[in-house]
Amino acid sequence: MTKVLMEGSHAIAEAAIQAGCRFYAGYPITPSTEILEYMSHRLPQVGGVCMNAESELEAINMVWGAAGCGVRAMIASTGQGISLMQESFAELANAEIPCVIVNMMRGQGDYFQATRGGGHGDYRHLVLAPHTVQEAVDLVMLAFHVADRWRNPALVLGDFVLGHTSEAVEFRPRDESDLPPKTWAATGKGSRASLNVTPLGSPEKLDLKPGDHYQAIAAKLPRIAAAETRAETGLLDDAEVAVVAFGSPARFVKYAVHACRAQGMKVGWVRPISLWPFPAEAVAAAAGRVRALAVFEQNAGQMIDDVRLAVLGKVPVVPIGGISHDPSGFGVGPALAPANIIAKIAEVYRGKAAA
Amino acid sequence: MSTPELKKVSAKPDLLLSTHHSLCPGCGEPLALRVILELLAELGVAERTICVCGIGCYTAFPGIIDVDVLQALHGRAPSVATGAKRVLPDRFVFTLQGDGDMVSEGLQEIIHSAARGEKFTAVLLNNGVFGETGGHMTTTSVLGQRTKTTMDTGRVAEKHGYPIKIADLIAQVDGSTYVARGAMHTPAAIAWTKRILGEAFRVQLEGEGFSFVEVLTMCPTDWYVEPSETPGWIERNFTGTYPLKILKHP
Repeated sequence: MTKVLMEGSHAIAEAAIQAGCRFYAGYPITPSTEILEYMSHRLPQVGGVCMNAESELEAINMVWGAAGCGVRAMIASTGQGISLMQESFAELANAEIPCVIVNMMRGQGDYFQATRGGGHGDYRHLVLAPHTVQEAVDLVMLAFHVADRWRNPALVLGDFVLGHTSEAVEFRPRDESDLPPKTWAATGKGSRASLNVTPLGSPEKLDLKPGDHYQAIAAKLPRIAAAETRAETGLLDDAEVAVVAFGSPARFVKYAVHACRAQGMKVGWVRPISLWPFPAEAVAAAAGRVRALAVFEQNAGQMIDDVRLAVLGKVPVVPIGGISHDPSGFGVGPALAPANIIAKIAEVYRGKAAA
Repeated sequence: MSTPELKKVSAKPDLLLSTHHSLCPGCGEPLALRVILELLAELGVAERTICVCGIGCYTAFPGIIDVDVLQALHGRAPSVATGAKRVLPDRFVFTLQGDGDMVSEGLQEIIHSAARGEKFTAVLLNNGVFGETGGHMTTTSVLGQRTKTTMDTGRVAEKHGYPIKIADLIAQVDGSTYVARGAMHTPAAIAWTKRILGEAFRVQLEGEGFSFVEVLTMCPTDWYVEPSETPGWIERNFTGTYPLKILKHP
């Protein structure tokens, strides 16, 4: 298959279409708008529907309707817009309606929002954090697959950098033959028994037991965690310090780690790909090898909580990131400069940074 | 004039799976449901029907009606119905919302769905109270109406604002095709409502556009009257603000 040069946002949209997405609803908001633009002309070409919705609430509930009929559906926004959709995410999880959510963050301040969820009740969504445009393509396709597999929303967490970086990518649709047919979807009863697709219980009629249903949803979570945890590690064999980073900044961190190696520092990296489920074992294994972990994230310290929970005090966990924006507030801040990351890693390496 | 002989007939529609529900005696919503289910059967669309249900007392219905249902969140049924009808345009899609759900929480959704000319049918069950939470003022509570949150004075315009006549608003939106208002308080009103619901459903079946029917329903519990007094209550308090009529048709 040939590669094509595409901007991240467009590649994400095209990946969704090639994964079978046939419904998209969005409300314009920087830096996710390019996905809506692309979908508005491309989805009709494949017989799909794109809605330029009148609000974030309308957009996510249009997705609810399409996905509830068994159609692969996606929505994208940025953290602010994603905040407005949280009630629906929580109840989509309870209704066991799969869909794909894309958050093109401004910086990385939405780690908590993505991994804890801003909605009510005991739910999670699968969270996948690509660090290149090619990986974004692959993870969008994976997101549709795992969403259908677990009948749960899956969230792809990108950012301004990812959305506006152009790369040569190829589209490799997955084998989806292992997915069961969507017999739960509301399509009109036809000759089968009628269904009630609801967050309050199973789709069978006359059988609404919310308490039992919520327990069943919660019981899925450890099974998802066991099956869907993903991470990438590098240069850990002889490392004395490991840097943990996710998303676009992880790409800068990998560059910085190689630069540190060139300067004689034995450092490596751990890159969580799934943020929920968090790859605690990969982080703990790294902590077993090194004398300190450094966490680079473009926020005031969010993923570092999960790192500390994984490490359980075995080694110091040092924050080396921080809030860093350009004047637009959209997230390409000076902290991303490789020289800064290299200097911060070197401080940890020399034992001079505070945990 | 002699009184006609009263006959007891079975009123259970074929599309009702169970007559058990948790609504109060004298409630108008089960009557509206019966009319809707009768029409779905008469039109022969039950097999391809998707009902999108809001949140209110009538949320008791999705589990006992023999058609597919998508349960929506409070206020959001028109958006959910939009997604469903757009991906399955040959299905028969209707929404069921109360006044709290549609006119208070979800005003934006219903107006925009009408403006887009979505080809589903929206049904409003309007009793002027948040029945499920115990009888609080909604946007459609009429002036003077005593509710749990207007108990001392009734609804007073200076304090609580005016009721929104949603059918009138929808009728003014270019994207709406059929708009009408009925009620469940007398046999004649029920027959009228069955007629306008049938017309609204046919507008959808013929692909003509967005159809909307408001149905005034009785709530003796939260109007603080006996069930037998609710028809008079509707005539005294509701039909002046909400007259039964066709507001727009193709």
